[in-house]
Amino acid sequence: MKKSIFTFALPLLLSAQAMAANPTLTVYTYGSFASDWGPGPAIKKTFEAECECQLEFVALDDGVSILNRLRLEGDATQADIVLGLDNNLLQAAKETGLLAEHKVSLDGLQLPSGWDDRVFVPFDYGYFAFIYDADKLATPPASFAELLERDDLSLLYQDPRTSTPGLGLLLWVQQLYGERAPEVWQNLAKRTVSVTKGWSESYGMFLKGEADMVLSYTTSPAYHIEAEQKTQYKAAGFSEGHYLQVEVAAKLKTSKQAALADRFLQFMVGPGFQQHIATGNWMYPVIDTPLPAGFADLVQPASSLSFSAQEVDEHRHAWVRQWLNSVTR
Amino acid sequence: MTARWWWLPGAVSLTLILLLVTAPIGALFVQAPKFTFAALLNDSYLRHVLWFSFYQAGLSTLLSLALAIPLARALSRRRFPGRTLLLKLFGLSLVLPVILAVFGIVAVHGRQGWVNQLLIALGFEPISYLYGLNGILLAHVFFNMPLAARILLQSLEAIPDASWRLASQLGFRSRHLFRWLEWPAMRTALPALASLIFMLCFTSFATVMALGGGPSSTTLEVAIYQALRFDFDLPLAGVLALLQLVLCCSFLLLQYLLSRPVQSSTSEARQLDRPDRHHPATRLTDTLVLLLCLSLFLPPLLAIVVAGINPQLWPALTSAELWQATFSSLKIALGAGLLCVLFTLGLLTSSRYLRLHLKRSGVAALLESLGSVILVLPAVVLSTGLFILLRGVADVFTLGTVLVLLVNALMALPYALRTLQLPMEQVARQHDRLCASLGITGLARLRRVEWPLLRKPIALALALAMMLSVGDLSAIALFGSQHLQTLPWLLYQQLGSYQMTQAAATALVLLVLSLGLFMLTERILGGKHARTR
Repeated sequence: MKKSIFTFALPLLLSAQAMAANPTLTVYTYGSFASDWGPGPAIKKTFEAECECQLEFVALDDGVSILNRLRLEGDATQADIVLGLDNNLLQAAKETGLLAEHKVSLDGLQLPSGWDDRVFVPFDYGYFAFIYDADKLATPPASFAELLERDDLSLLYQDPRTSTPGLGLLLWVQQLYGERAPEVWQNLAKRTVSVTKGWSESYGMFLKGEADMVLSYTTSPAYHIEAEQKTQYKAAGFSEGHYLQVEVAAKLKTSKQAALADRFLQFMVGPGFQQHIATGNWMYPVIDTPLPAGFADLVQPASSLSFSAQEVDEHRHAWVRQWLNSVTR
Repeated sequence: MTARWWWLPGAVSLTLILLLVTAPIGALFVQAPKFTFAALLNDSYLRHVLWFSFYQAGLSTLLSLALAIPLARALSRRRFPGRTLLLKLFGLSLVLPVILAVFGIVAVHGRQGWVNQLLIALGFEPISYLYGLNGILLAHVFFNMPLAARILLQSLEAIPDASWRLASQLGFRSRHLFRWLEWPAMRTALPALASLIFMLCFTSFATVMALGGGPSSTTLEVAIYQALRFDFDLPLAGVLALLQLVLCCSFLLLQYLLSRPVQSSTSEARQLDRPDRHHPATRLTDTLVLLLCLSLFLPPLLAIVVAGINPQLWPALTSAELWQATFSSLKIALGAGLLCVLFTLGLLTSSRYLRLHLKRSGVAALLESLGSVILVLPAVVLSTGLFILLRGVADVFTLGTVLVLLVNALMALPYALRTLQLPMEQVARQHDRLCASLGITGLARLRRVEWPLLRKPIALALALAMMLSVGDLSAIALFGSQHLQTLPWLLYQQLGSYQMTQAAATALVLLVLSLGLFMLTERILGGKHARTR
């Protein structure tokens, strides 16, 4: 008699628990976003407090890997939101057919070149730049052309096949040099210490003194100023201009938590999320929110360079191939 | 074993193995036509990858052999305290997890390694020479020079005493000894040895991944992995994998054709009084050679141990990520080891029946070599095929654990087969008739006859399989993710992001686990008297 009570009661108990459990929102993002020193933990806390749900970050190598992972998984993907693609991957991501239109109002967003995409919601932006240590390098190059002439400078950058900064450098070179890009790559290859899979690896190597300059963002020195009170890391401002990156997020069509996903995207352009961007991701927020003091001394690009999403999509594969061929000559 | 069902275990094992191997190859074939070989040859990056694979393998082979020959000569001439331990360590370099050794090499030769610290202390600028071809060569020499030295030493010790006495009577000097005695002895072993080392270097994955440092130092296997994981370019991955398959088949064939049986030495601890032992010039060269080779070989091993004793390690050792990875590694290793041993036992039961009762040794040998099919099919290729195959069927990342387990089991099969083949055959030879006359069959036979006699070799095979699985990087590389972390994969990622303290902690746990598993399995399963030579 007792046994049969348990056999009935236990499943009921468990299912009641299941019904009472919070829904989980799965967000695919890149490694440094979800890490302990990134904005992930703070955002998770803020969002979970107001949504009565669980926010789960799935960390992948770097931006482009998120796209690759989506393509790999196809319809069977477990993600509800992808966060961390950028303006260069818009077309390719749309072509997967997996992303749904968002319901977020884009008024009040402040971006260098405006934003009107129906599928992607921007959450931060920045400019690519080479970072150097002012204590070790007294005279940094003032332009990309000068960088190419300075044989003594060793570099670290990322693989454009996995990393959005790496892809950004590829497009930067392409925008500035067009047909002469292969020569530029061969020039850079002679001084490249390593091409890493993601931003964190190369930045870590740079901080350990492995190279003179690393490809990162104009806003990276702000981290050192604010969090470590170190002022020797600076971005090299190039007279030709810097390539713009706008990081975006989108909802998956196959998401089982559609309402929750919409809510998260709306939360993403609100102050609750954006306040953590400047001091967690060390990029510029997309709404008008106070910036920490360290941001005041940052290099402001002479001009903002970018390709349209269509152009990037048409030529990306060929340009990456060209890069591969040039650096392996 | 009941006579009627002798074929069952072998058939089941073989079917499963062949299925596991041919289905992915089939999946690769299907992908391949979309990317022709002509396109492959036209693409200069892929040509470079192919060239680099051959180039680094050839250079590694040359370097390893160039160092191993004088080393073997020096070892055969000299007796010094620690010589036996050194030879045992040489044997260790083959079973040590590759990524662990890479960690040791980075700790010694990296920008902040011992060499550079020494240079800084002496007032020089630190030099960065590790990543790229140099690093790959260093690692390959670290693994293959000891292997080559051991095999060549065996050949040297097989030279009969009478030859030495004759040589000493004829007043041979060192170079005459080399020309007339040592070189002919070593020459028979060299071709097979060279092709073995070439193949090992050609298919080396973890080393190139960790020390490559960029697209200009990419080999074929890493290119397959990158095509899949970075570009999601299935046709390219398929074609490259097939190319790798064809090349490995030819290398294996070459090795088979070139191998001659190496005579084992008649007595190991014999004090060989070679005529050139006491010559001061040879003493000098021997010391120099020994110093050079040991300075390449010992520091990384030391670094692994020393890094583990660092007290700053304790916080890193309590990281949840580390223990999760350890748990996953253990789970997979246990499963892979058991599966491997089961396959082996199944194959060998049928093959020994074939050999002893039906007198069909050709078929038996074929059965056993089919079990070693993984030698022809590198783990990355197999994982690629499985990935392509199962992509449409199920979510490969959740299936990851099972797939890694299967690939690891297959990878350990050749070693398990080699370990268990002879003991199982001997047991059957000695006890079949007795069992038949006493009517001991089935479970009773397993319990009373097979198990007590085969305990030791089975324990050894299981321990080997587990150790190989714990240290493997190639299978996990494709399936590794946030949810599926094993120790080698964690170590690789930490090395890549220069988190050296965490890497040291992971390396320590990996070392302890590999060695611990090995000794534990041997001791517990093998019984009180289990020991390896």
